[in-house]
Amino acid sequence: MTDMTPQPPAQGCRNTPVLKERGQREVFCGLTGIIWLHRKMQDAFFLVVGSRTCAHLLQSAAGVMIFAEPRFGTAILEEKDLAGLADANAELDREVDRLLSRRPDIRQLFLVGSCPSEVIKLDLHRAAERLTQKHAPHVRVLNYSGSGIETTFTEGEDACLAAMVPTLPDTDARQLLMVGALPDVVEDQAVSLLRDMGVDPIHCLPAHRAAETPGVGPNTVVALTQPFLNETAALLERRGARLLSAPFPFGEEGTTAWLWAVAQEFGVDAETFARVTDAPRARARKAVAAATETLNGKSVFFFPDSQLEIPLARFLTRECGMTAVEVGAPFINKQIVGPDLDLLAEGPVISEGQDVDLQLDRCRAARPDLTVCGLGLANPLEAEGMATKWAIELVFTPVHFYEQAGDLAGLFARPLRRRAVLTGLEGAA
Amino acid sequence: MKLTVWTYEGPPHVGAMRVATGMKGLHYVLHAPQGDTYADLLFTMIERRNHRPPVTYTTFQARDLGTDTANLFKTACQDAYDRFKPEAIIVGSSCTAELIQDDPGGMSETMGLPVPVIPLELPSYQRKENFGTDETFFQIVKALARPMERTKHVTANLIGPTGLGFRHRDDITEVTAMLEEMGIGVNVVAPMGATPADIARMGAAHFNVLMYPEHAEAAARWAERNLDQPYTKIVPIGVGATRDFIAEVAGLAGVEAKYDDSRLRMPWYSRSVDSTYLTGKRVFLFGDATHVKAAARIARDEMGFEVVGMGCYNREFARDIRALAKDYGVDALITDDYLEVEKTIEELAPEMILGTQMERHIGKRLGIPCAVISAPVHVQDFPARYSPQMGWEGSNVMFDTWIHPLVMGLEEHLLHMFREDFEFHDAAGASHHGGQATPRPAEPDPQQVAETAAPADGDIVWLSGAEKELKKIPFFVRGKAKRNTEKFALEKGVQEISVETLYEAKAHYAR
Repeated sequence: MTDMTPQPPAQGCRNTPVLKERGQREVFCGLTGIIWLHRKMQDAFFLVVGSRTCAHLLQSAAGVMIFAEPRFGTAILEEKDLAGLADANAELDREVDRLLSRRPDIRQLFLVGSCPSEVIKLDLHRAAERLTQKHAPHVRVLNYSGSGIETTFTEGEDACLAAMVPTLPDTDARQLLMVGALPDVVEDQAVSLLRDMGVDPIHCLPAHRAAETPGVGPNTVVALTQPFLNETAALLERRGARLLSAPFPFGEEGTTAWLWAVAQEFGVDAETFARVTDAPRARARKAVAAATETLNGKSVFFFPDSQLEIPLARFLTRECGMTAVEVGAPFINKQIVGPDLDLLAEGPVISEGQDVDLQLDRCRAARPDLTVCGLGLANPLEAEGMATKWAIELVFTPVHFYEQAGDLAGLFARPLRRRAVLTGLEGAA
Repeated sequence: MKLTVWTYEGPPHVGAMRVATGMKGLHYVLHAPQGDTYADLLFTMIERRNHRPPVTYTTFQARDLGTDTANLFKTACQDAYDRFKPEAIIVGSSCTAELIQDDPGGMSETMGLPVPVIPLELPSYQRKENFGTDETFFQIVKALARPMERTKHVTANLIGPTGLGFRHRDDITEVTAMLEEMGIGVNVVAPMGATPADIARMGAAHFNVLMYPEHAEAAARWAERNLDQPYTKIVPIGVGATRDFIAEVAGLAGVEAKYDDSRLRMPWYSRSVDSTYLTGKRVFLFGDATHVKAAARIARDEMGFEVVGMGCYNREFARDIRALAKDYGVDALITDDYLEVEKTIEELAPEMILGTQMERHIGKRLGIPCAVISAPVHVQDFPARYSPQMGWEGSNVMFDTWIHPLVMGLEEHLLHMFREDFEFHDAAGASHHGGQATPRPAEPDPQQVAETAAPADGDIVWLSGAEKELKKIPFFVRGKAKRNTEKFALEKGVQEISVETLYEAKAHYAR
């Protein structure tokens, strides 16, 4: 890497004792991932086998009903399904038959387990095998659990991708596999940067369509684009692939470090690397600098949400001049976020899991300038006079790689800028 | 098992949350896995609540199952009491906790908490959100309210408004003002704004105003039997209904039916010439039963629309809506299947939909204007301005809300005059729906027109001239015109539909 990179801190957070909490968790379950996964996989349908609560969650998390007939739905369990599992399987087969005949465009069907389906031990894996045999070769049926008793928010994507890993074809080809569901614009940027350096071939998981599903094997090098893909990474390693270790591609520094890790692996020389990245790096620095005027010297507090918290705290503290008070994550896998922890200067509380009332007490005591939290907490904290950033926006917005670095910083700056411009509301409730 | 893409109602525990969040000094301890906390955002985001709903979730995980979920519940319940010091607690299970059968009611009873603990039994796999509101409020009233001395002045309780209700906030203000004009005081408004102590003194009122039967009918019936309080059966939505409501209240309270309708503008607005174009507009109604019932009367008798179909998603009121539909000479659609509603609307091809946010989306897709009259709610249904549905102001609000999505008076005539104009074609869409003036796509080859125009259902054939004429008919009535013409042709034994046949059919079906 070039000399423009700031020095790593003398002491990072990798060995900071983690505050582990087990109490009320104010988080989404893994079903929420369907909202972006179904946009990414364009011939897939996600069928949640669950309750009315699951359907209501998906509808509420989606915020608006963009599609009259979206490529996701809930097979709502009824009293009679709970009485006999044989009947539940027959009912499921019937609903799937009906769905697939109605939607001939569907090539991949995910049966998504939920809290109730897990508790009644409805075996969706066997159901998927049974249904695959029935509907092959036109449709492949897979299953994973997005239940709240097993998954938190983005872990749903991890579970979904992990379910795909055993079905990937074998390949001995030397290749880069980028893993994580990114918006197309971002994925294309990353691929084009790497291609310009001569990295080839590059495949992505998940692919847009079932027919483009990548292979995996001993000569596959995996670069995760999201920090929450723990199980997927482990399963890919088990298939012989090698996992690159790097900070995640948020901000100029993270993107450069991530690309550099890939470049080194594929023998790209420093000169080529600089030729490809210098211009976008400069653009990213410039864009981030604009938002940094607002963020510099401000403090930030992360409630646990998406597992993006540690890489984002690294970005905000290293590139935007913020100080982190607490960085909470639902789950911390040091093997995967270790490089980000190394770059995050010691100081903040690193917490894993949640006891929301205790965490709110800590947050109120610290009075951070900006609190990153879920939608259930944002307005109540604003009403107490604290500026907030909705964590979910960080997952739904293109924020990876160089060209989005400024947007990412802007997401955090906007609530603070808004407070500054609303000067005419003094004295109002 | 039933495949659902969009739902009109959440699960029953969300109904219980709506009651708890509407109230003050009450806490809900909900045995539920972590994902169920999504429900908080309904209140903090959609309703813009400035505090967290008073709900503690046990958020059990897979590793807790079979070991310690019961203890987890007890700890959560004790912590919630210690932290929030509520006057009363309601306890219950969400769908998943119902399956593990921990019995929150029984457990909390043994804990010896120094406040009333009210257990809720909300069967998640049979019932839905509105059952949850009604049952929860009923259990709270049953547990806390007792017969007591009546207030000296005539007072009423306003019951039914909850958190996340469709315009409940403003309806309370409107109804309170109406009662005040008759010299009737409000004893307690509940659940919205009430504390458990307020519930305990509900018995002091002389009667109950049942604002929303969906949320408080069980409580109203219980109070009738146990507190000797009659309750109102008329919901004051619409001019006529408001007058009837005032008469009903006067009867119950033994006071004169006094009112000041000087702010009521709706009748004049509806009679004024610009509203002529509303006559016979074909409308389809869908929503919760209470709002659909009220809207049907307004639509037909106060706006001069033609009601071409109606329905509700809450089966609890299916009988009422079926009876009402019969009065209106239409079929009732009782369903919570969004796709079925969409299909019905497509078939009926109304000129306007009065529905929920779900029908608003259907309307967008089909190019049919829609005004929202009922829950389920959206952030748009919590306007900053005062905008009730009930009482005189409610009628004014509704007139505006219903006609704004429509193409207005002269504008409609202009559209008809110039409907084949290069900017006024179907593909352009209506400008007030945000459509852009896009040039008409090039005319297809006339030879092809003749070919594609040929076969229709059965052995009836549309001649190309008639087919072309049909395209000039505004798209929102075209389906109906096509069907009517084919029906007419079939009856008359005509094999080929010409322009003549089309207009003969039009004359035949003219209203």
